[in-house]
Amino acid sequence: MIKMNRSDYEKILAHALSELPNEACGLIGGIIEGENKIVKKVYLLTNIDKSNEHFSLDPKEQLAAVKDMRSEGIMPLGNWHSHPESPSRPSEEDKRLAYDSSASYMILSLMDKSAPVLKSFKIHGSEAVTEELIIE
Amino acid sequence: MTITVSGNKKEKNDGLTLAQLVIDENVETPQYVTASVNEEFVSSSDFEKTVLKDGDNIEFLYFMGGGSYGIY
Repeated sequence: MIKMNRSDYEKILAHALSELPNEACGLIGGIIEGENKIVKKVYLLTNIDKSNEHFSLDPKEQLAAVKDMRSEGIMPLGNWHSHPESPSRPSEEDKRLAYDSSASYMILSLMDKSAPVLKSFKIHGSEAVTEELIIE
Repeated sequence: MTITVSGNKKEKNDGLTLAQLVIDENVETPQYVTASVNEEFVSSSDFEKTVLKDGDNIEFLYFMGGGSYGIY
């Protein structure tokens, strides 16, 4: 299970909407308590691909985010990105580039902008499993 | 020499290359890794010829990307 507070969710949503028509992306940092991940901070990064169907995190911003997590005593939990025109599920490209089976991969679908959908996945090879996400 | 790897100080032999450090540190899936030395990014093709020196600050970063390409 992974837990995120509503204000962090709203930061992600606002950023993703502001980046349309392109995909938006970022990192999530937090702590792990037993089997559960608690998101403590979300990072809004630049999609250097500037594409509506692909993203790559800006490595300089990624490095800065990792250092910020270290200074705050939290750890990288995974990343998030938006699918502007498609459902919240990992594409083959998402699976191909998900090398860390312990990470949480969050996907925000903006297919219906009036009803955005954020889901979290664990990805191992070609297998993607939905991870329970609690936003409160 | 003393270098800092991902925020942790480590003692290493002089002459260590970035490529050797990748092995020493058991960096997983190195094909997806880029590194920075003192905030300067180093391409993986230059790992072999990058010799580290005392005081260097090294970070390993995994490429993160993906996207909705191919989904419907």
